[in-house]
Amino acid sequence: MRYLPHTAEDVAAMLDVIAAGSIDELFSTVPDSCRRAGPLKLAEPMTEWELSTHLSALAAKMAVCPDYQVFMGAGSYEHHIPATVLHLLGRSEFVTSYTPYQPEISQGTLQAMYEYQTLVARLLGMEVANASLYDGASALAEALLMAIRITGGKRVAVSRVIHPSYRRVAQTYLTPGGFDIIELPYRADGRTDLSPLDGMDGLAAVAIQSPNFFGCIEDLATAAETAHRSGALFVTAFSEPLAYGLLRNPGMQGADIVCGEGQSFGIPRSFGGPGLGMFATQMKYVRNMPGRLVGKAVDRNGKRGFVLTLSTREQHIRREKATSNICTNHSLCALNCAMYLASVGGTGLRELAALNRDKAEYLKKRLAEAGFGIRFAAPTFNEFVVEFPEGFQTTYERLLEKRIVAGLPLDCFYPELERNFLLCVTEVKTRDDMDALVREIRS
Amino acid sequence: MTLFPAAPGLILNEPLLWEKGKRGRCGISIPARDVEPCPLEEDLLGDAPDFPDLSEVDVVRHYTRLSQWNFGVDSGTYPLGSCTMKYNPKINDTMASLPGFAAAHPLLPESLVQGGLRLMHELERLLAEITGLDAVTLQPAAGAQGELTGMLMIYAYHANKGSRRSKIIVPDTAHGTNPASAALCGFQPLKVKSNEQGILSPETIAEVMDEDVAGIMVTNPNTLGLFEENMREIADIVHRKDGLVYCDGANMNAVMGIVHLGCMGVDILHLNLHKTFSTPHGGGGPGSGPVCVSKHLEPFLPVPRVIEEQGRYRLSEAFPRSIGKVHAFHGNFGIMVRAYSYILSMGPELKTASRLAVLNANYVKESLKGVFHLPYDRPCMHECVFSDELQKDLKVTTLDMAKRLMDYGFHPPTVYFPLVVPGAIMIEPPETESKEDVDLLIEAMKAIAREARENPDLLRTAPHLCKVTRLDEVEAARHPCLTG
Amino acid sequence: MTEGKDFHGSLCPMGGMKVFLKKGDRMKELGELQFLDDVRYAKDHEWVRPEADRVKVGISDFAQDQLGDITFVEMPGVGDLLEQGALFGTLESTKAVGELFMPISGEILAVNEALAESPELINKDPYGEGWIVEIKPTRPEEFDALMTKDRYVEMLKGL
Repeated sequence: MRYLPHTAEDVAAMLDVIAAGSIDELFSTVPDSCRRAGPLKLAEPMTEWELSTHLSALAAKMAVCPDYQVFMGAGSYEHHIPATVLHLLGRSEFVTSYTPYQPEISQGTLQAMYEYQTLVARLLGMEVANASLYDGASALAEALLMAIRITGGKRVAVSRVIHPSYRRVAQTYLTPGGFDIIELPYRADGRTDLSPLDGMDGLAAVAIQSPNFFGCIEDLATAAETAHRSGALFVTAFSEPLAYGLLRNPGMQGADIVCGEGQSFGIPRSFGGPGLGMFATQMKYVRNMPGRLVGKAVDRNGKRGFVLTLSTREQHIRREKATSNICTNHSLCALNCAMYLASVGGTGLRELAALNRDKAEYLKKRLAEAGFGIRFAAPTFNEFVVEFPEGFQTTYERLLEKRIVAGLPLDCFYPELERNFLLCVTEVKTRDDMDALVREIRS
Repeated sequence: MTLFPAAPGLILNEPLLWEKGKRGRCGISIPARDVEPCPLEEDLLGDAPDFPDLSEVDVVRHYTRLSQWNFGVDSGTYPLGSCTMKYNPKINDTMASLPGFAAAHPLLPESLVQGGLRLMHELERLLAEITGLDAVTLQPAAGAQGELTGMLMIYAYHANKGSRRSKIIVPDTAHGTNPASAALCGFQPLKVKSNEQGILSPETIAEVMDEDVAGIMVTNPNTLGLFEENMREIADIVHRKDGLVYCDGANMNAVMGIVHLGCMGVDILHLNLHKTFSTPHGGGGPGSGPVCVSKHLEPFLPVPRVIEEQGRYRLSEAFPRSIGKVHAFHGNFGIMVRAYSYILSMGPELKTASRLAVLNANYVKESLKGVFHLPYDRPCMHECVFSDELQKDLKVTTLDMAKRLMDYGFHPPTVYFPLVVPGAIMIEPPETESKEDVDLLIEAMKAIAREARENPDLLRTAPHLCKVTRLDEVEAARHPCLTG
Repeated sequence: MTEGKDFHGSLCPMGGMKVFLKKGDRMKELGELQFLDDVRYAKDHEWVRPEADRVKVGISDFAQDQLGDITFVEMPGVGDLLEQGALFGTLESTKAVGELFMPISGEILAVNEALAESPELINKDPYGEGWIVEIKPTRPEEFDALMTKDRYVEMLKGL
């Protein structure tokens, strides 16, 4: 087997040094009560060629571009990934290295993470970002727990228009602590209704997503004010960070913690994972922030370098008193993101964000002209909700057969939104693609 | 004269991203604009973020140079105990990059993602077979998240019976994530000591096990590299008071095809795909932490679950006692593809992998005992633990020796863990390390022990060949500079 | 929360003061450390010096040597009223966390603000400029039960 280099001679020589007669003897401390009765019931090893055939067949049973036109976002976005990023990400010194606990031999990862932290902080308008969490969902959960730790409050207010899966994961994390999650409804225009917050106390955090799950851009400044008036921290979540190439960032509007999903930045969708949990806060809260942090340092010769720092927050030192139990970050995904942002640049990011919005607005306009209802009046970024007429399900299925996925049906997440579909348009869709979609829907 | 891997060489400097570039450069193809601009309301518009503008060449040179400052498994031996830094097969990455997998949206209608759902279902079956447990979730994104999932399930199990237990037994050898995960679920870790043989005694557990203890978290083999021989008895003691047994499966690489977790009395186990199952560590992640459980705990697994019905696959939420979701979608699918490829490539050879891993570790242990202090002179599993006790009067520490090892061309082993051995040096030479590479590592460590006697300052100022010398971590923590 | 000796303590020479981990630098021998006569010592390595109507509190030379270079000090609020044995702060080095326990019951009258910018004062001058808090004792008899220098050094030898 090509991954197992030991020859029979190697094994014999090693057993000799150990003074054991066989490898079996090395397992003498494993009692019978713990052993398997029979061998592993696994098929014989596949060669690389058999494996490739088998997996290609499975991959072929997946609906992806260019065969399929998928107009879906909802936390997983189709953006162009430059060849350079894929190529650089394959460098095995990045891929096959471990956590940079020995900084002298890991300066590549460490500088890259420091750069990532900086780009994220600048994008979100915050003072400090960590070196990533797992995904947008766990990032929200960690943000709420962090606010609870800081304020001592026992309840959090979470907008219903935050990604449904993020809310479910937050619920899972908050249940054992007995913390209350109060749901803020949405208004007719698609934005969060903040009025329930009036007079509410004991709140640790108010969490809003922008752009929200319906694609609507929220009024973060007002939400921040309202949160702070109640003594709560203001948490801004997101699932499409490209929006901040165009929109006013959360930091400028009073956010205390910003958390979300960074998959849009050069990371393949990969059927939902691995993603990238982005997380940022203000320096005054840094000791309460979960996750790894890279800081600048100087070596014995005065040379600049980078190290993991403020590790006393983390599980390997604080153990049960840690800010989180997190051990790994999503280092390679953070690197992926940084490479993408480095390639796109500040000017490029602005143009890409504008393209996304303009294309989505184009589709919105064409669908409105065709007589379909744009459900929410609030301005949107690259996603929006359309209310289709009775019987659209048939059209939707007909379109599937034509290899077009006309958005995400919302009724499984929001039962009151029957016949409503969440459509997404990014820079990968052309005018022709969108015209074709409208044509197919109308026919 | 032994030729060790390390050699001095030309390495290139590279500034920070924002120290390069020029306004107006771009490193990607922006698609042509084929729609009219739609100006956004003034009050919503922000400034463009303060990012550098770089050309494609700027970006390629930047990251190529940065990568050359790193050391990976592909560079050389990486004997990090508890991390299982085995070789990451390249075919696995190729499979994960297949467009059908890489470009798939997680919320597509089920009929359009049968390939992915089938892969997940099969991987669950394979992991169940390898561990000897019954049901699996692939959702947790990492080992620590798998532990949290396990703790949440223990919490749910007892809550479902109307009981509120507040404690979890955690051995002194536990990885830091164990008590942290327990605490996240509102459990108070109840610490117990391992015995003089480095393993848990049933009596110690019996002493503390009562109806307020929800369960025990055990790592087996433990972090000293020793098999917890009393596991079955301990499991029985815990079960008798209706507690659950959680096993941290980080060290599974020692025992594939050899142990049966179900027989061992384990109720819940997490695996680290990025350790045992060869998926790359990526500089600290992403990994994947599937959780395997015995039948009676299946109802509590996270949803959605992958269900197979006559060759068709679907996702089901029909599990009312589930702990809920721990991941936005299905888990780290890209990592699952790699692990699946690995398991199919190895088949029953997984057992050989474990046997050879254990052979490598015992070989290192026998070769270095006497050179370094061996706190537990017993058969080890896939890793062995030494300490700097013998170097104490030379005033040389574990840290000094670890830093010096880099000058020989090796990544240092895990140091100062587990906590029960002061100055611990944990060496795990996975089965993908050949005898020649292991011999070189042994020789390098012997050379360092000699240097500790003859030239200790060399160690205290090591490393000398890396891009930077020792960094002032104290100043970095006192005056943190976390953003450029 | 405090067990007298947790499993870290039984193997690290720290005894009661919870030190989670200390690595890298060589720790000094007892003979190389300084112990003053004009203070009393708690089993958790805090020292107490009476000054008129109050006491000053810090950590011993042994404790700072064990912790290593201190990077951050978390201190209580002025006016806080705490019982003997209660947690009143933490000390962080790059690799360790040390918890501080009230050697006697009392009200926090002052905290050493200089430690915010210069935590290394605790390492450099643990009995002088590295003082941490000033307490107004509520039960002065607790002071008499604290260890003298000789008893404290005996305790350290036994660890």
